[in-house]
Amino acid sequence: MSIYLNKDSKVIVQGITGGEGTKHTALMLKAGTNVVGGVNARKAGTTVSHKDAEGNDLELPVFGSVSEAMEKTGADVSVVFVPPKFAKDAAIEAIEAGIGLLVVITEGIPVQDSAEFYNLSLTKTGPDGKPATRIIGPNCPGIITPGEALAGITPANITTKGPIGLVSKSGTLTYQMMYELRDIGFSTSIGIGGDPVIGTTHIDALEAFEADPDTKAIVMIGEIGGDAEERAAEYIKANVTKPVVGYVAGFTAPEGKTMGHAGAIVSGSSGTAEAKKEALEAAGVKVGKTPSETAALLREVYSG
Amino acid sequence: MDLYEYQARDLFEAHGVPVLAGIVAQTPEEAKAAAEQIGGVVVVKAQVKVGGRGKAGGVKLAKTPEEAYEHAQAILGMDIKGHTVHRVMIAQGADIAEEYYFSILLDRAERNYLAMCSKEGGVEIEQLAVESPEKLAKVNFDPNEGITEAKAAEIAEKAGFSSEEVPALAEVFQQLWTAFSSEDATLVEVNPLVKTGEGRIIALDGKVTLDENAAFRQPGHAELVDESAEDPLEAKAKANDLNYVKLDGQVGIIGNGAGLVMSTLDVVAYAGEAHNGVKPANFLDIGGGASAEVMANGLDVILGDDQVKSVFVNVFGGITSCDAVANGIVKALEILGDTATKPLVVRLDGNNVEEGRRILAEANHPLVITADTMDGGADKAAELANK
Repeated sequence: MSIYLNKDSKVIVQGITGGEGTKHTALMLKAGTNVVGGVNARKAGTTVSHKDAEGNDLELPVFGSVSEAMEKTGADVSVVFVPPKFAKDAAIEAIEAGIGLLVVITEGIPVQDSAEFYNLSLTKTGPDGKPATRIIGPNCPGIITPGEALAGITPANITTKGPIGLVSKSGTLTYQMMYELRDIGFSTSIGIGGDPVIGTTHIDALEAFEADPDTKAIVMIGEIGGDAEERAAEYIKANVTKPVVGYVAGFTAPEGKTMGHAGAIVSGSSGTAEAKKEALEAAGVKVGKTPSETAALLREVYSG
Repeated sequence: MDLYEYQARDLFEAHGVPVLAGIVAQTPEEAKAAAEQIGGVVVVKAQVKVGGRGKAGGVKLAKTPEEAYEHAQAILGMDIKGHTVHRVMIAQGADIAEEYYFSILLDRAERNYLAMCSKEGGVEIEQLAVESPEKLAKVNFDPNEGITEAKAAEIAEKAGFSSEEVPALAEVFQQLWTAFSSEDATLVEVNPLVKTGEGRIIALDGKVTLDENAAFRQPGHAELVDESAEDPLEAKAKANDLNYVKLDGQVGIIGNGAGLVMSTLDVVAYAGEAHNGVKPANFLDIGGGASAEVMANGLDVILGDDQVKSVFVNVFGGITSCDAVANGIVKALEILGDTATKPLVVRLDGNNVEEGRRILAEANHPLVITADTMDGGADKAAELANK
C-alpha cells in the first residue's frame, strides 16, 4: 500500500517535449512508473521516444490537451513541468479535465496564480462532493512510492520500499532523510513544496499515512514560514496514532528574508522554527536538532 | 519586495486610489522645491522600510518651503532602527477628520486572500488585533472573485461603518483590490486610510509587498528595486542568478536545495557553540545541477565576504550524482585559482558518493577537506573558522 500514487497509476506529463519534461519522463519510466503519454498542444499527434524500466523502446503519444490524454489513455495523474509563465494555464486545464492527482513541479509561479488554480480546484468537485483534483506543489519534488511509481523529480534509487511515510516542504532535505533511512525504506514520500500556497498540506499527508496500513511510522519535515507545522501539530495530537518524528529547518534564518523557497520567511515573530518545534513537541512529536538526529529518533520510535 | 511609502503612493495613484500629492526628494533643495510645488502645509516624511519613524523624529510638519528644507536637512541621513534615511517624501498636508485601517493580504493558512478593516486606524494593527480583536473586521475572499462591490460593502459593514459611510469606502476598497491584483502584490496595507473634513476618503500611508515570482509579467517592478540599499554581495549573487542571503558569521555555506541549506546553517550554528560561537556567514543554494561554473560563482561570492574564515560545501547528490558534483568542485577551484584562499570542508552524500569522494581524494587540493557526515562537516568547518 501507499498513498496517492501506486503501480496502477497512469501518469501523463504536461511539458513532456521540453528539456525538464524529457529528462524526468525518462527517469520516471526508469523508476517503473506507468507513463502513458504527454501533453503539448503544438505537438499534438506526434510521439516522443523513451525506454521503459526494462530498457525496451517506447513511443509515448503527445496529446493536444489533458482531457484528450485522459480520454485516450485513462490517465489519472499529471505531472507539470512547464515554465512559470504557463503553469497556471496548464494547471487549470488539468483541473477542468478532472484529473485525480496533479503534481506541479514548476518553481517560481506567481502566488496569485497558485491561489487562483488552487481555489478553482475546490469548486470542481467529484461525485463524493470533494474536489476531484488533488494538487501536490507547486515548487516541489513530487511524490514517490518506492518500487512502484514516481511522479516528480525525486531520485528513485536512493531508497527502497518500506514502512516509513514522509512528508516534507523541502526536496533535498527529503532525499537526505530517505537516504539516511534507506535500510528501513518508505511507503510513500511526498514533497509538498515550499511556496506560500500549496495544494496538499502536511495535514492531508498525515491523514493519508494514518489511514495507510503499510505505513508504520511518519517523518514530517517543516521549515520557517506560515503556520502549517503548528496546525499539523494540533492535528497529530488529535488524530494520529502512529509514531511521528519531526524536523524543522531555519533556526538561524533572519527575520524578513526569503530563504530560497518563496514561502520560507519569518515575518515579525510569526513563522519561526522555534515556534514550530515547540508546537510539535507539545503534540508529543520528537523533533531532531539535525537531519541525522531525526533519523536516529525515527529508529527509536520504530522498532520494526 | 517591500516598497517605500512614496512608491506605494505612486502605485496607488496609477490604479485610481485617492491619494494626496507627494514628491520624493533626496536633498533639502529638492524638498524645498517640492514643498513650493505642492503649496500650503506639507509633511516631510522619512522613507524607510521600517515602522515607528514618527516616534523616531522622521515625520515633521512644515508650514513653509523653508521649514521643509530644514526638516529634510535634519531627517536625511538620520538612522531609524538601523535604516539610514536616503530620501524623504514631501506630502501635501491633510485635514484629517478620522483615521481608519484597511489591508489586503495573502492568507497562507486559508490559501486565499484576506481583507482586514478597522475604524481605528493609525495605530499598531498587531496590537489592536491582540487587545481589541472585535474592532478588526476580517473577511476572506476567493482570489478568482476578488473584492466585488458586494464584498467591499460587506467588509465596511463588518468594520462597523454606517450605511451612509459604506459606499465611499467600498469604492476605495475595490480600487485597492485592483492595485493588489494587477500589480501581483501579496500585501497592500493602508494605515491610516483617512476621512478628510470634507468627507473624502484618502489613502494617506501605504505599505506594499510585491511578488518577485511575477517579475516576468511586471516589467515595471525592476525599477522599484532600491539598489543602493542592497547588500553588495547579495547584488553580486543576484547578478549571477544565485540564491544568496548574507548573514553575520564566519562559516561560508554552499548547498543544494533551500531546505538542505537552511538545515546546514542550523547545524553549523549548533556546531559553532563548541567553537567560540562561530556562526554561518550566509545562505547559498546552488540548486540541483551543481555545475563547475555555478560552484565557482558561488564560491566567488562567499570568498568576497571578508568575515568568512572557512567554507562548508554540503551537497546531496540526487539526480546530479556525487561524481559530477565532485568534478564541479575540482573545476571550480581551477577556475578560481589563487583567489580561493579559505579552507573548504566538503561533505557529499547520496548517489555515487564513493566515486565523488575518490575524485576529491585524487585531486588532493590543499584547501579541500572531506567530511563523511553533515554533522561532522559542520563541526570541522566551525573549528577551522575559529582558528
